[in-house]
Amino acid sequence: MGERKKVHPYIPNSVPEVQEEMLRAIGVEDVEELYALVPEELRYSGSLNLPEPCPDEVSLDRHMQEILKKNTSTREVLSFLGGGCWAHYVPAICDVINQRSEFLTAYAGEPYEDHGRFQALFEYASMIAELVEMDVVSVPTYDGSQAAATALRMASRITERDVVLIPRNLNPDRRSIIRNYCHPDIHVVEVKFDLETGALDLGDLGKKLSRKVAAVYFENPSYLGTLETRGAEISRLAHSVGALSVVGVDPISLGILAPPPRYGADVVCGELQPLGVHMYFGGGRGGFVATPDEERFVAEYPLRLFGIAPTVDGAWGFGDVAWERTSFAQRENAKEFVGTMAALWGITAGVYLALLGPHGIQELGELIMYRAAYAAKRLGELPGIRCPRFAAPHFKEFVVDFSKTGHTVDEIFAELKEKKILGGINLSRSFPELGESALVCVTEVHTKEDIDRLVGALKDVLGGA
Amino acid sequence: MKRKMRRFHQARWDEPIIFELSHPGERGLLVPEVEEEIQKEVGDIVSRIPQALLREEPPNLPEMAQPRVYQHYLRLSQENLGRDLNIDVGQGTCTMKYNPPINERFVTNPKVADLHPLQPEDMVQGVLEVIYKLDLFLREISGMDRFTFQPGGGSHAIYTMACMVRAYFEEKGEFESRDEIITTLFSHPSDAAAPRVKGYKVVMIYPDEEGFPDIEALKEAVSERTAALFITNPEDTGLFNPRIREFTDIVHEVGGLCCYDQANANGIIGITRAKEAGFDMCFFNLHKTFASPHGCGGPGAGALGVTRELARFLPVPLASFDEENGRYFWDWEVEKTIGKVKDFYGVIPAVVRAYAWIMSLGEEGIREVAKVAVLNNNYLMRAILRRVRGVEVPFLLEKHRLEQVRYSWERLAKETGLSTTDIQRRAMGGSRADDVGAHRVVFQGRTR
Repeated sequence: MGERKKVHPYIPNSVPEVQEEMLRAIGVEDVEELYALVPEELRYSGSLNLPEPCPDEVSLDRHMQEILKKNTSTREVLSFLGGGCWAHYVPAICDVINQRSEFLTAYAGEPYEDHGRFQALFEYASMIAELVEMDVVSVPTYDGSQAAATALRMASRITERDVVLIPRNLNPDRRSIIRNYCHPDIHVVEVKFDLETGALDLGDLGKKLSRKVAAVYFENPSYLGTLETRGAEISRLAHSVGALSVVGVDPISLGILAPPPRYGADVVCGELQPLGVHMYFGGGRGGFVATPDEERFVAEYPLRLFGIAPTVDGAWGFGDVAWERTSFAQRENAKEFVGTMAALWGITAGVYLALLGPHGIQELGELIMYRAAYAAKRLGELPGIRCPRFAAPHFKEFVVDFSKTGHTVDEIFAELKEKKILGGINLSRSFPELGESALVCVTEVHTKEDIDRLVGALKDVLGGA
Repeated sequence: MKRKMRRFHQARWDEPIIFELSHPGERGLLVPEVEEEIQKEVGDIVSRIPQALLREEPPNLPEMAQPRVYQHYLRLSQENLGRDLNIDVGQGTCTMKYNPPINERFVTNPKVADLHPLQPEDMVQGVLEVIYKLDLFLREISGMDRFTFQPGGGSHAIYTMACMVRAYFEEKGEFESRDEIITTLFSHPSDAAAPRVKGYKVVMIYPDEEGFPDIEALKEAVSERTAALFITNPEDTGLFNPRIREFTDIVHEVGGLCCYDQANANGIIGITRAKEAGFDMCFFNLHKTFASPHGCGGPGAGALGVTRELARFLPVPLASFDEENGRYFWDWEVEKTIGKVKDFYGVIPAVVRAYAWIMSLGEEGIREVAKVAVLNNNYLMRAILRRVRGVEVPFLLEKHRLEQVRYSWERLAKETGLSTTDIQRRAMGGSRADDVGAHRVVFQGRTR
């Protein structure tokens, strides 16, 4: 058999005869001629130091499975990790719909060819709007932290002010993202939180509020799991100096918890991952921003907004709202920027909310709250453990203080890990003021038996040492 | 015998808005009941939440049995085309390419899908290895020295480059005096928009008669105020700018940095690299050039690479390898890090797919991808020019393009009244003729 060029299955038109025919049609003899504009000194003549490929699928599958099997997923252990990326149950239909080729592989089509994407994202926005009781919801941005950062930039433009207040008890990643995104135009000032209740320190807030403040940002629930019970008071204080109240939510809590406009929020933002998106090592994320349907808000969105209108023949049509706002049209005069962000997770979140419905989301919120409260109570009964660390209502996460056990969180979690339990997130470095503390997350995926197992294991660890 | 073409292009359902499908009382998913023992143990938890914080009425979501939800979304999916069913030519800045289904098997594997980002490193060695090795692969392909995968898309990568430019000059104490970013009209709109977020003034370079960014205008634009050049090459004309090295030299001479928007690098991978063209940073969109699907507009990933000199500004953490102990780990000790631009580590599914795609192709395959992309594009351009009346290709018609073309329907519009939008509508069943080679903004004020 003669030497025959290998054709790769991903590449049509790599058969030599076909290429020759195409070259003839173009009027050149060699593909190299098509690169005539690339100067010789810029042609990369070296070899690429890449591994031997696995061009056949059998080998590729084997290669990938060999690597992936070095991972231990949260399904193989008992994990109480949360902190912004949470193990919620992902309904089968969510996976099926976001794996549909038509959604998965579509790009930024127009309504004429990608009608379905527009309708699905319009419906996602409408359902989030119902959940948060706002009238305008953006197409998803990169993640919840980006949503918060954009909400704060929007507030700065709306109020024409350049200071924003954020709580000290914020996810450290989120704090860094917000600071980065606001720098250099907007000063980000941290407001203390009450070390007993986890609530925002209203005294400190009062001191930091001024006529320069564009927005007060707080979260419900907070990163440390506590519910902010004085949201109305915080919003009132913000409004008293002409600032906006911007609230970050966990959307899965809103079947049971009041939507933020009920306590004065002007802008609501949050992370979509709980709504039917796998954790993907922290890579399954999307953020939303929601506001009233008023021009002063709508005009300040950098993100795409999808709307509905009757077509000339009487059907519903969907399309961009005020596309001219965006950086696609405005370039250097734009308010921030827009691009490929996280649309697929918006569609998925819509599927999730439609599956749950009004009663499902309410029951789910209750279930999570019960199980988390049970876990906190049982853990708090163990000697030396203070749990929940904060005297406050909680949703799905709470802080456990191990300071009086005589052990560090690292030591305790290492021993739990031996028992195939991931106890939570160690806060001792990110929140040194809490001593040897950890953030524990309980959701609908954890049964009573799971929680009892954690408690039993911890008892062994502490008793045996 | 010539067969008649079917008129069928796409399913059309008379599909109501989801709220119209609500049937009160129906359920799409049941929630486990709270265990009695838990209820007994904690008491009535809901009553302990302050009244003001409780939702009074359940949210007004639709009430639907599971088959209704499933059918609704299946129908909506059918009213979408997607690349798999379509020859999606895409838009100028965006490569649309085959998204191998085998890669979906890897990312939906619980050993990727159900990993928590804060699991101990010894439990996630596989995914860390993939991230680390994709960094090595992209170093080869770009000539850069270190990559981050944190940016969630191309625009986000541009923003991240602007953050790093800013950090670089802050360290030098030159931020105040260097407040200008230079970009070009035919680069992506985000090359102008994203640096504005970091406080930069944007200087726009217009194309010369040949369609290349005007080098004389660049020479006039640079000064001690220049922080950086943000540029695409080829721009959406598809013409590789042969003087790109002169561009980067001009900017370096005044002390500025050069940032390469390589969102779409499909025509040049393995052929020419950012390093040799004199760039200090570049990024690739993994959802374009490296075969991760677009998902109707994300999630994507902007893989951002920098030279050794700039690596100390990269976002944290960076995937690293401890050779002594043979283990992968997150390195948080990045000296002058800009901090974080995205939660956790970026869009990991896109990273896994890109790794698998490169592993399938290898060096030879990667070069073949580039060459076939360029071959296809030039073949299509010549065919369109030959067969479609009124279509023009502005700038250097005799030169070959790389992976995109800027077409003009201006003559067609004058002669027939048909605009870009009409062509787009007509062509939708076959390919995206949506001003192939240009975002629609470019056509505003010209044909529509």
